[in-house]
Amino acid sequence: METIAFALLNGLIYGLLLFMLSSGLTLIFSMMGVLNFAHASFYMLGAYFAFTLGNFTGFWVALFLAPILVGLAGAAVERWGLRPVHANGHVAELLFTFGLAYVIEEIVKITWGKVAVPYQVPSALDFPLFELFGSQYPAYRIFMLLISILMLVGLWYLLKRTRIGLIIQAALTHPHMVSHLGHNVPRIFMLVFAAGCALAGLAGVIGGNYLVTEPSMAFAIGPIVFVVVVVGGMGSLEGAFIASLLIGFLQTFAISIDANFADFFGWLGLQATSEVGRITIASLAPMLPFLLLVLMLMLRPRGLMGEREF
Amino acid sequence: MKDTAPNPMLDVRDLHAFYGKSHVLRGVNLSVGRGEVAALLGRNGVGRSTTAKAIMGEVAPQGEVWFHGHNIAGQPSHRIAHLGLGYVPENRDIFPMMTVRQNLLLGLKDVNTPGRWQIEDMLEMFPNLKSRADTAAGVLSGGEKQMLTICRTLMGDPDLIIIDEPTEGLAPKIVTQVGALIAQIAQAGVSILLVEQKLSIALKIAQRVYVMGHGEIVYTGTPDDFRGREDIRREWLEV
Repeated sequence: METIAFALLNGLIYGLLLFMLSSGLTLIFSMMGVLNFAHASFYMLGAYFAFTLGNFTGFWVALFLAPILVGLAGAAVERWGLRPVHANGHVAELLFTFGLAYVIEEIVKITWGKVAVPYQVPSALDFPLFELFGSQYPAYRIFMLLISILMLVGLWYLLKRTRIGLIIQAALTHPHMVSHLGHNVPRIFMLVFAAGCALAGLAGVIGGNYLVTEPSMAFAIGPIVFVVVVVGGMGSLEGAFIASLLIGFLQTFAISIDANFADFFGWLGLQATSEVGRITIASLAPMLPFLLLVLMLMLRPRGLMGEREF
Repeated sequence: MKDTAPNPMLDVRDLHAFYGKSHVLRGVNLSVGRGEVAALLGRNGVGRSTTAKAIMGEVAPQGEVWFHGHNIAGQPSHRIAHLGLGYVPENRDIFPMMTVRQNLLLGLKDVNTPGRWQIEDMLEMFPNLKSRADTAAGVLSGGEKQMLTICRTLMGDPDLIIIDEPTEGLAPKIVTQVGALIAQIAQAGVSILLVEQKLSIALKIAQRVYVMGHGEIVYTGTPDDFRGREDIRREWLEV
């Protein structure tokens, strides 16, 4: 019971953090038609910007400023990088974002060093908030949960309840028509790219100090975010939301299950062989999202809620 | 009738366009005056829709396209729209997941400067759309989608509207309704360039008739003059 309760809460928080990254990526995906390999790099920039800014302004100001700076960096990348490359087609765009991811990683290494920086949870939130089954639960995790929910509600309201949200949705699927109605589609695309990067930056700000802020953090989470977008379905925010939670729960549950293959064989009434029997379920956790990706592409290529196939 | 409208609002001069190596428009000249309805007729494949697309910048144009004193050839579509040129493409490009009301809302260029047409007036004019105002536009019939596309473009308060093949594939009763809508728009003082194949609608509302053949204008005249030109009809329009 205790394991399940903790896994549920942790899975939810991890899933919502993934959604903060995948929501932006899936919007950018619908817009460009290809995955932005550099998306998780903006997550990393969010964490590093917050670390550096936080030294001068404290965490709370950095919480607002860092995502804005990341958004501005995203807007610049779209305006002066991606837009000219777009004319040369999808492969060029894909390679551009691939190269950009490495460029950002190297810039981070040069600026902040190759090892992790001491980006810490703010002291005001560094205490156990409540006790559950005798174990203490950190207040910062609940703070991450609240920020994620605020972001979720904000994004939903913006896209579904405002005119600019409607224009964005229409521009993603019918860019020519939206342009003929007098809306500046290149500018809308720049805003979407910037907002997606800002959301990734926010995830970095609140996730970087809880996890770890180091140059490899982008490549650690990037592939998982791709899995979310593919499993959720191209361009579907609802799909990305469901897939984020699914992968969040899947990974945290697999880690928390204290069993190995020998136990499974035991339940099935079979003899466990020594080699296979020693593999633990927890050790399979990193593989599960990718297994899901492979199966999804084989069995349901348009993802859970996508409108087109990849 | 003179070949160009006096003080034309839209003046297309020597317009060329290509699809790959194929030379589709071979020097189109046409104009539409203030408050005028001009019909662009011709068989399939002669370049009528391409003319509309080249004016709107969807196909790369070569030549001059003057609108309200600006040469708009090759300008970004949103800038052309802001000058007051509306476009209803032939594929009835509605936003299917959004409601009828939301589709209309997106036709507004700026919510702070409302034009001649309001969403509520639009819905009053078309009871079909009113009863489905909060329904996803994707489930509308072909005729309703056509009405919605035209109304959505009107929401942007254009001075001139290019309507490409509005009655294609519609039942005769619906064709009459769409024809009545276009006549109503003309009465409100909006200039229209109507790309059509059906002579009945075009001749009823147009003051100027252009016939296209092989990528250029082969006839210009009034509907009355055109009715007497059996030769033009036989050579360029009848199948």
